[in-house]
Amino acid sequence: MDQSPFFSHLQCRECGRKYAKDAIHVCEFDFGPLEAAYDYEVIAKQISRDKISARPRSMWRYRELLPIEGEATVGQHTGFTPLIRAQRLAEHLGVRELYIKNDAVNYPTLSFKDRVVSVALSRAKELGIQTVACASTGNLANAVAAHAASAGLHSFVLIPSDLEPSKVLNSLVFGTNVVAIEGSYDQVNRLCSEIAGNHGWGFVNVNLRPYYAEGSKTLGFEIAEQFGWRLPRHTVIPMASGSLLTKVHKAYHEFAKVGLVDSTEFSIYGAQATGCSPISTAIKNNTDTVRPVSKPNTIAKSLSIGTPADGYYAIRAMQETGGTAEDCTDREIVGGIRLLAETEGIFAETAGGVTVACAKKLIEIGRIPRDESIVLCITGHGLKTQEAVAEEIGRPAVIRPSLKEFESLLEQLAATN
Amino acid sequence: MPVPVRIPTPLRKLTQNQEIVQIEGATIRDVINNLEQSYPGLKERICDEQNNIRRFVNVFVNDEDIRFLQEAETAVKPGDEVSIVPAIAGG
Repeated sequence: MDQSPFFSHLQCRECGRKYAKDAIHVCEFDFGPLEAAYDYEVIAKQISRDKISARPRSMWRYRELLPIEGEATVGQHTGFTPLIRAQRLAEHLGVRELYIKNDAVNYPTLSFKDRVVSVALSRAKELGIQTVACASTGNLANAVAAHAASAGLHSFVLIPSDLEPSKVLNSLVFGTNVVAIEGSYDQVNRLCSEIAGNHGWGFVNVNLRPYYAEGSKTLGFEIAEQFGWRLPRHTVIPMASGSLLTKVHKAYHEFAKVGLVDSTEFSIYGAQATGCSPISTAIKNNTDTVRPVSKPNTIAKSLSIGTPADGYYAIRAMQETGGTAEDCTDREIVGGIRLLAETEGIFAETAGGVTVACAKKLIEIGRIPRDESIVLCITGHGLKTQEAVAEEIGRPAVIRPSLKEFESLLEQLAATN
Repeated sequence: MPVPVRIPTPLRKLTQNQEIVQIEGATIRDVINNLEQSYPGLKERICDEQNNIRRFVNVFVNDEDIRFLQEAETAVKPGDEVSIVPAIAGG
């Protein structure tokens, strides 16, 4: 296969040592993360707004900035989700200019994880890998299972055994091997780290992580393009490992570096659930040492990573851009889900509730100004975490098929509202 | 009595590809120092210049991350298993 003229090598983020573009993810010298490196001069000469605009509406319209050699072979239809102006939510929060980047409707499994898996599996096929796997809190498992099915790859998804039933079902249906581990996500992750090198498998978030993680940049690229080839002043992003946040930060910088946006000021904010908030706690304590959380306890299971791999880099990204982190209770998460649903007609999963609730707090305390552009990243669909809100949203009114009963129901409703 | 120490893939070149090596030591710090005696070059991969375990290295005694125990001073006794695991994974 021809080598990409854009994607040059893998490089340790800590010491800068260069590595070949293999299925490896840590530096042999200091265990630092390996990251995809590009030739930005070549990219800057080749890429343009017009060129991108003329391409199909998917995340692959930014292919020069993604770490594969050839054309995408998996997930060609993923991405380019709506960026919508959220007028009613803005009024409720008392801000002037608010947008929702809605990855709850990403293709095909309704979360931002479709992006990372498209890149990881396209690269896995280039590397000749036939079995793909992941450690997942649910959304990633769904995406790996679906994309592997369509790509004709074998797959194993390893999950904590206490996940929401819908997230388990949404993996099983694709015919993958679901392995539920009696333990926390961090224990699942450790197990995957220990077996990743053993069977010639491609673990998307272990030995394929340098490729996988880059897929998250496309969320940031899309925001910038859809915002009119500009960067929004404030972006709020949910954090589990912190990877998505660091990659949106990288995306904004890359777009500036290759001349697709004018270099502008932007701030990045991270959102966590209080029941698992190692990154926001470190920020609030003004340290870059992330103390792991041994027993996460929140309804936001998709964010329940007690030992966040990219915590350190997420903190740096927030601090460098003048942003910060916030966290919220389970009660506030449910409130955030309902607020977004009732004002904008968007049903987000618990992580979306976290983003909305934390943004609300940051606005209320004056940390995010009310008169500048704000984007909230909604990363997964509410149908996957229905139990979080099931007890809070009431029940249907049941009547017999009679005009009289209907009229009397309307009277009752008028009296209670 | 030695305890088994599980070596991660990126370091196995230094242990002649052994996945598990048997090392003596009463604490994690002892185990790391003795690892260096048996397999020179391992310690500088695991510890930084200040002799602290590197940011991106996780060490477990059985199922517990040593950051929830006594860090490098965590005691190790016969029957325990020590694992060295790259921190960068998941999410």
